[in-house]
Amino acid sequence: MKITSLPIHFLAVISFLLCGSLVNAQEHSVAEANDEGPVNTQQEITDYTNHHLKDSHDFHLFSYQASDGERHSWGFSLPIILWASNGPVAFMSSEFHHDIDGEVVVEKGGSRFVNLHDKIYELEEGADSIVIGEDHHPENAHKPFDLSITKSVFGILLVGLLLLFWFGSLGKQYKKKNIPTGFGRALEPLVIYVRDEIARPNIGEHKYRKYMSFLLTVFFFIWVSNLLGMTPFGFNITGQIAVTVCLALFTFFIVQFSGNKDYWKHIFWMPDVPVIMKIILIPIEVLGMLTKPFSLLIRLFANITAGHVVVMGLIALMITLKAQFGAVGSTGLSLVLTLFISVIEILVAFLQAFIFTMLSALFIGMAVAEHDHHHEHDAEGHDIDDVEDVRESFV
Amino acid sequence: MDQLLNDFSPGLFVMQAVILLILILLMKKFAWKPILNSLDEREQGIQGALEAAEKARLEMKNLQADNEKALQEARIERDAMLKEAREIRTKMISEAEDDAKSQADKIITQAQEAIAAEKRAAVAELKSQVAELSLEIAEKVVKDELSDKKKQMQYVDKMLQDATLN
Repeated sequence: MKITSLPIHFLAVISFLLCGSLVNAQEHSVAEANDEGPVNTQQEITDYTNHHLKDSHDFHLFSYQASDGERHSWGFSLPIILWASNGPVAFMSSEFHHDIDGEVVVEKGGSRFVNLHDKIYELEEGADSIVIGEDHHPENAHKPFDLSITKSVFGILLVGLLLLFWFGSLGKQYKKKNIPTGFGRALEPLVIYVRDEIARPNIGEHKYRKYMSFLLTVFFFIWVSNLLGMTPFGFNITGQIAVTVCLALFTFFIVQFSGNKDYWKHIFWMPDVPVIMKIILIPIEVLGMLTKPFSLLIRLFANITAGHVVVMGLIALMITLKAQFGAVGSTGLSLVLTLFISVIEILVAFLQAFIFTMLSALFIGMAVAEHDHHHEHDAEGHDIDDVEDVRESFV
Repeated sequence: MDQLLNDFSPGLFVMQAVILLILILLMKKFAWKPILNSLDEREQGIQGALEAAEKARLEMKNLQADNEKALQEARIERDAMLKEAREIRTKMISEAEDDAKSQADKIITQAQEAIAAEKRAAVAELKSQVAELSLEIAEKVVKDELSDKKKQMQYVDKMLQDATLN
C-alpha cells in the first residue's frame, strides 16, 4: 500500500513545489513599455514566429488590445534561477516586466541582469545597461548558467507528471484486475506496441527487457511533448535543440555502455577486411558512432521546428493575404490550410516519436547483437562460406 | 550552425537531462515494471491456457479413440457371447434330445424287460395251473376208476375227447 501511494505523494510534492515557485503566477495585465500593438507586418510575423520557436522565461498565453488602446497580455511568470558570478540567484520573471530587449535591469545578489531575446545576461561590473556590439552580441555582458524553470522546463515537468500519472495509474490497475479499464485500456496497446514493434525486433528477444524503461519513457515523452506543441499553449519542447541533444546523448551513452566485444571490434578492428582497410575504417566507424545520435537530434529538432514554422506561417496568412483576399477570404484560406497541416503535424508528432525510439532501439540492437554466426576459416584462412553468406543476405 | 549553437541553452540541457533521468527511474519503478510484468504474466497465462486447451483437446481425442475402441471391443465381445450362447443352446438342445432318447430307450428296454418277465411269470403260472388242473383231473379220474370201472372208462374217453377238442 505504501508503494502504491508513493507516486501520488510525489505528484503532490512536485505540484506543491511548482505552485510554491509560481506564487506570483497570477495573470498580468501589464501595459508593455515597448508595446508594438498587434502583429501586423511581415517582420513582426517573422519575429513572433522566431520568438515562439525559442524558449521563453514567461508563460505567455495571449494578448489583446483593450478598447482604451492599452495592450493586455495574459499568462504567468516563471521562476528564474541563475548561477551568476556571485552565487545562485532566483527571482520571478515578472521582474523584467515582459521586456526581452535588454532594457529592464534587475539587480539581485550583487549582480545586474537583463533579458535579451529571452536569454538572461549578467552585466559586467560597473555596466548600467547592455551594449550590443557590431556582431549582434552583447559586449559588456555574459550569460550566467541558467537553470530557470523556463517555458520548456515547465513543459517537460508537465509531460513528466502526465506520464507518471497516466502510466502510474495504469501500473496500479494491474494489482486489482487483469484487463485495464478506462484510459489505461488505450495506453496498454501503446506500451505493447513499443515493446513488440520497436524493442523486440530491433534489440532481440533476450536483451530488450533492460532497455524498455528508456525506450518507453523516451517514446511517450517525445510523443506527448510533440502533441503538447500542437496545443495553443505554445510549448515547443522537442523543438529545443538542448532537449533533443539531451535525448540523443542518452541514446548515445546507452549504446556505448551496452556495446559488447563485437561492437567495439567492428569499430576499431573490422574483421574480415585487409589490415590497411581496418585502419582506414577506424575513423569512419568512430564518426559513424557520433553521426547516429547526431542524426537523431537533428531529425527530431528539424521536424518539429519546421512543423511549428509552417503552422505559424499558415496562421499568419490571414494577415499577409488580407490585402489580396479580404479578411474573410484570407482567414478561411488560413483556417483550411492550417487545419490540413495540423492533421499532418499530429501524424508527424507520432512519427517522430516512433522514429527516434525505433532508431534508438536499432542502435542498441546493433551494439548488443550476438554475432553467433562466425565465419569459418579453412587452413588458408579464406572464408569458405562466403557464397552462403551472400545468399543469406539476399534472401 | 552558429544560430543553433547560440540557441543551445546549457541550462535547459541540464534540466532536461536531470528530469529525464528522474522520469525514467520513476517510470521504471511505478509504471513500466508493473505494466510489463503484468503483461508478461497475462501473456504467459494466455499461453498456458492455450496449451492446456490443446492438451485437453488431445486428451478428448484420445478419450474418444479409447471410447471407440472400448465400443468395438464390447461389440466383439457381445458377438462372441451371442455366438457362445447360441452354441450352448444348440448343445443343450442336442444333449437334451440325446438324454431324452436314451431315457426313452432305457424305459422301452425296461418295459420290454418287464413285459418279458411278466410274460414269463404268466407262462410259469399257467404252467403250474395246468399242472394243478391236470393233477385234479387225474385225481378225479382216479376217484372214478375206483368206483365204477365202466364209468371210469367212459370218463376217460370223454376227457380225452375234450382234451383233443381243446
